[in-house]
Amino acid sequence: MFPSRFDYVAATSVDEAIAAKGDGGDETRILAGGQSLLPMMKIRLANPSKLVDINGIPGLDVLERVNGHLRVGALVRHADMVASDLTFGAVESAAPWISDPLVRNRGTVCGSVSHCDPEGDWNSVLLATGADVVARGPSGERVIPIGDFVVDLFTNALNEDEMVTEIRIPVPSGRSGGAYLKLERKVGDYATVAVAAHLELGGGGVITKAGLALTSVAPHNLKVTDAEAALVGEMPSEALFAEAGELAAAASSPRDDVRGTAEWKRQVVRTFARRALATAAASAG
Amino acid sequence: MTASGSILGHAVLRREDPKILEGGARYFDDLPIDRMLHVVFVRSTIAHAEVTSVDTSEAVGMPGVVGVYAGDDLELEPIQGFVMLPPVFARPPFAKDRVRFVGDIVAAVVAETRAQAVDAAELVIVDYEPLPVVVDAEAALADGAELLFPEHGSNLAIEFDFGEDPTVLDGAEVVIKQTMVNQRVAAVPMEPNGIIAMSDGEGGLVCHVPTQNPHGLLQPIAAATGLDEDQIRVVAPAVGGGFGAKAGMYVEFAVAAKAALVLGRPVKWTETRSENMVAMTQGRAQVQHVEMGLKRDGTIVGVRVKIYADGGAYPTIGAFLPFLTRTMSQGVYAIPKVEFTSWSAATNTTPLAAYRGAGRPEATAFLERIIDIAADELGIDPVQIRKQNFIPPEAFPITTVTGANYDVGEYAKAIDEACRVAGYAELRAEQAARRERGDVLQLGIGVSAYVEVTAGGLFQEYGAIEVHDDGSVSATVGTSAHGQGHETAFAMIVQELLGIPMERVTVVQSDTALVPRGLGTMGSRSLQIGGSALYKASEGVLAKARQLAAHLLEANADDIVLTDDGRLGVAGVPSSALSWGELAVAAKSGDGVPAEIGESLPPGMEPALAYALDFNQGEATFPFGAHIAVVEIDTETGNVELLRHVAVDDCGRILNPMLVAGQQHGGIAQGVAQALWEGFAYDDDGNPLTANLMDYAMPSAAELPSFEASNTETPTPLNPLGAKGIGESGTIGSTPAVQNAVIDGLSHLGVRHLDMPLGSQRVWQAIRDARTSA
Ligand SMILES: Cc1cc2nc3c(=O)[nH]c(=O)nc-3n(C[C@H](O)[C@H](O)[C@H](O)COP(=O)(O)OP(=O)(O)OC[C@H]3O[C@@H](n4cnc5c(N)ncnc54)[C@H](O)[C@@H]3O)c2cc1C
Repeated sequence: MFPSRFDYVAATSVDEAIAAKGDGGDETRILAGGQSLLPMMKIRLANPSKLVDINGIPGLDVLERVNGHLRVGALVRHADMVASDLTFGAVESAAPWISDPLVRNRGTVCGSVSHCDPEGDWNSVLLATGADVVARGPSGERVIPIGDFVVDLFTNALNEDEMVTEIRIPVPSGRSGGAYLKLERKVGDYATVAVAAHLELGGGGVITKAGLALTSVAPHNLKVTDAEAALVGEMPSEALFAEAGELAAAASSPRDDVRGTAEWKRQVVRTFARRALATAAASAG
Repeated sequence: MTASGSILGHAVLRREDPKILEGGARYFDDLPIDRMLHVVFVRSTIAHAEVTSVDTSEAVGMPGVVGVYAGDDLELEPIQGFVMLPPVFARPPFAKDRVRFVGDIVAAVVAETRAQAVDAAELVIVDYEPLPVVVDAEAALADGAELLFPEHGSNLAIEFDFGEDPTVLDGAEVVIKQTMVNQRVAAVPMEPNGIIAMSDGEGGLVCHVPTQNPHGLLQPIAAATGLDEDQIRVVAPAVGGGFGAKAGMYVEFAVAAKAALVLGRPVKWTETRSENMVAMTQGRAQVQHVEMGLKRDGTIVGVRVKIYADGGAYPTIGAFLPFLTRTMSQGVYAIPKVEFTSWSAATNTTPLAAYRGAGRPEATAFLERIIDIAADELGIDPVQIRKQNFIPPEAFPITTVTGANYDVGEYAKAIDEACRVAGYAELRAEQAARRERGDVLQLGIGVSAYVEVTAGGLFQEYGAIEVHDDGSVSATVGTSAHGQGHETAFAMIVQELLGIPMERVTVVQSDTALVPRGLGTMGSRSLQIGGSALYKASEGVLAKARQLAAHLLEANADDIVLTDDGRLGVAGVPSSALSWGELAVAAKSGDGVPAEIGESLPPGMEPALAYALDFNQGEATFPFGAHIAVVEIDTETGNVELLRHVAVDDCGRILNPMLVAGQQHGGIAQGVAQALWEGFAYDDDGNPLTANLMDYAMPSAAELPSFEASNTETPTPLNPLGAKGIGESGTIGSTPAVQNAVIDGLSHLGVRHLDMPLGSQRVWQAIRDARTSA
C-alpha cells in the first residue's frame, strides 16, 4: 500500500536524469509512467532508494516517422500509440491490447520495453518488426537491436548510467502486414498468450521478411527465429502458417499457472501464430 | 408526476446518483475526523501453524507508533460467528497459540499515520511452527485429517441430516449421477472493509462502518469491548457494496473499537484490496454429489444430494448455508422425494459467509446442471424437460418436500418468455448448422429455471413516517441501503400513499441513533419488508391525518380524501382542504404550541403526525425466473465468449423498473463471473493463489454483452406491495445458464459435465479429451 522510503529527483533534461541515475547505482530507478514500478513499490517488491522522474523532460514525447522509422520517445504513452495514425501492422494491432485506458494514459512504450516483463506486449511487437532501442549514457548514445536489448526476465542490456530515450521501429516501404493476437482473461489482464506477426511481401507475393514473437510463454519475449526462417522465400499459405505455428509452439516454454497449463498455452501459441500470420498476409493485400 | 397519477411502476431516476457520481457521497474513509489514529494488522502468511513467539519490541519504538497489540493485550473475547455453531469455533481477534489461515491476525499496530503503521507492522516478528494443512472440506472430514481445533475432536462444524430415504430413486428408469464443485468466490465489493471507532465523550463508542446491518453490530461490538449495547452507536455512511460479506461482525472491528477506548482517540482501519482478498468472508464453496432419478420420458422421481461445504478457518454463517441449499433443493420442479445431507467443515482457508444468493444459488446450480445432463442423456430438449417437470401454477401456495412454502409461481410463463426473447428455435437451428459445417466457432445455448427464497427468516422490519410542519416527511426504516437505491424506492412509496412529492421525503436509515431497530439489508428483503413497513406506516399516518382533518373541518373521516394537489379535504369541497404542513402543526401537543392548535387534536389522538410500526410478513417470498445464455466457443483455443444473456426474472409487482433492472444486471454479471472467470484458489499448503485482482479474474463490463433483462410480474399476496426480492435472482439464474451453455456447446463432442469457472484451458482440455477418447 505504501512504498518504503525513497529519494526523488525530478529531472528536467536527459543529461540530468543520466547523472542522477549514475549517482545512485542500481538502487536508483527511472520513473516513467509508473505503471509497473509503482505497484511493485507499493507491495514492496521493489524498494529503490531513489527515483529519477523523467516526466518533466521536454522533447521525450516525440512520435514521428523519419528516415524510414517510427520514432517513439521515452514519454510516449500507450494511449498515444492507440490514438496515432502513424502506427501500422502489428504495432497498430497491439496498442489497444495494452491493459485498460487508465494504464494506457500513464504507461509508456519505452517503460514497458525497459521493464522486460515477459508478459509485456510491446517487446514482442518490437522483436517481430525488428526495432532498435536508443540508449543514452554519459558517453553518448548507442543503438541496441531489440534482440540484444531484451536479455532475460526483468533484465535489459542497459548500463547503470544509461536510460532509454526512444525506440525506432522500421516502417516497411512495400507490401506489408502485421497482427497482434492476445488471449487475456479480462481487460487489463496481462496476456495468457500473445503472438506478434509481421510479414513483408515482394514481387509475386513471396514473403521477403517475416517476424514472429511470443508473449508470456518464455522467461522473456521470444523471437521465433526458425519460424521466421521457414517463412522467408515462401508463398503465404495456410499450410505454411500452420507449420510456422508448430515451430512457434515448439519454441515456447510456457509454465502451468492460475491461467492454465503449459500444454494448453502451447496450443494457443500454435493457433494464434497461424492465425496472426494469416491475418498479416491478408492485410498485406 | 402529479399526485393523482401513481408513481409506482415508473422508472424514476435514482436520487442517490448525482451525489455518488459527483464524488459527494461520503464513505467511511472520507470522514474528516480529528486526531485520528490508524491501525494496520499483522496477518499470518502461513495457513496453519503454531505461533511460538510474537516479537513487537522493534515495532513499538518506530516513529508515530502509539500501540502494538497481540495475544491478550486488548482483553478481547473470541467472536462467535453464528449461534448454531459450536462455540469452540469462535475466533479470537488475535490468533494466539495457533494461526488457522493466511490472513489470520497475529498483531495490530496503531500509529499516527497509516504509513507509519505499515512501516512498523513490517517489523513485528512472528515465529511459526508449521502444521499440516487442510484446504478441502471433504478431506477435512476424512479420518486422520489434521484438526484445526483439536479440542473439538473433528473438523465438522455442522451437519444437516434429514434421514436416509432408500426409496428416493425408486421407480427411476435412469439415474444420473454427477459430482460438481460450486467453487469458492470472493465478494470483492468496490469499497473494501473498514471502520472508524471513536469515543462518544461519555465512555461509549461511535463506529462508522461500511456495513449492511448497523444494528446487527451493536451486540457483537458490545460483547467484544465490554460496553453495553446502548453505549454504542453504529453509523453506516455511504457503503460501496456488500454482497453479503458486509452483513456481519469482523474481528477487526473489535480491535479498532477496543483500541479507540484504550487510547482515547479515534482509530481507523482501512482495508487494502490485497487484505480484502484474504480477510473478507467469501462465498459458495460446496462439493455436491448429486443423483437424480427419472423416467425415460423425463419425469423426475427423486433427488439425492450429499454436500461437503467449506466453512473456512473459523466456521460462521457460511457453514450454515447448506441448510438454505436444502430448502431450495426441490427448485421449480414437482419432485416427489428429496434426500439431503450436508457436512460443513473447518479448513485452513478464509472463512465463508453469505455471498449474493447465500446457499440458494448452490441449489439451483446442481439442479439445473443435473437436469441438463438428464436431458442430454434422454435426448429431450432442455426447455422441454424443465417444462414437463415444473410445479404447475394451480398448485400454489405449496409446501415443498423440503418444507419451503412457495407463495406464487408461474414457471412456464417465465421460460416461454425467455425462449421468445432469445429466439430459442432459431438459436438451435444456428447451432445445428455450425455443427454440421464443423465450424471452429461453435455455439452453446444454456437454459436455467429457478425459484429462490427472499426475506427468508428476516420477516420483520421497523418503519416510521413523520410529517413535519413544513409538509416534508421523514421515512425511517431499519433496512440499510448500500447501493440499492432505497432512498428512491422508499420515497416513491410515501409519495404514492400520502401524495407528498418524493423530493420532500427524507429517508432515514443506517444509523442506530436515529433508527430504533432494524435487521439491515440482505437476503433481498428490503423493499418487501422495509418498504412494506413504510407502506403500512404511511397508511397509519394517512388514517390519522384524515381523522384530524375531519375533526378540524367538522366532517366525517370517511369523507376526507387526498386532493389532486396533495392536501386533505372533504370530497367535493376542495377549497377547504388542509395541507400536510397545516395538519402537522395542528397535530402537535399543547406543549409550546398555541392553545387553539393544541386543542385542535381530537379526543384520544396522540400528538404528532407520525406513525411507527414493525411490519411482519410472517413468511418468505419465492421469486422465480428463467435465463438463457448463448456462448461461442473457439474450439481451437477453448476460449468462451458470452454472446447474449436473456433473463426473465419475476420479482412480483415492480415498483421501479430501473431499480429492478439494476439489480438484474449486477446480479447477472456476478453470476456469469462465477460461471466463466472467478474462483478463489489455494495451493496444497493453503497459500491463496488468487489474492489480488491481477490473479483473481473478476470481469468488468468489457467482458460482458449487454444483458437482455426483462420481467414477468406475479405479485405475492404476502405484502401490500405485492413485491418479492430481486437482489439475488440475477446471480442465481445466470450462473447455471452460462455453465449449461458452455457444456451444451460441447455436448455433441461427448462432453457431459465441466466444473466452473469455465476458463479457456478447462474448455480446451475437455474438447481435446473428448476427441482423443472418441
Ligand atoms: C493493471 C495493469 C495492467 C497492465 N496490463 C498490461 C498489459 O496487458 N500489457 C502490457 O504490456 N503491460 C501491461 N501493464 C504494464 C504497463 O504497460 C506499464 O506501463 C509498462 O510495463 C511500464 O511502463 P511505465 O512507463 O509505466 O514504466 P515505469 O513503471 O515507470 O517503469 C518500469 C521500469 O522500467 C524502467 N524505465 C522506465 N522508463 C525507462 C527509460 N526510459 N529508460 C530506462 N528505464 C526505464 C523503470 O525504472 C522501471 O524499472 C499493466 C500495468 C498495470 C498496472
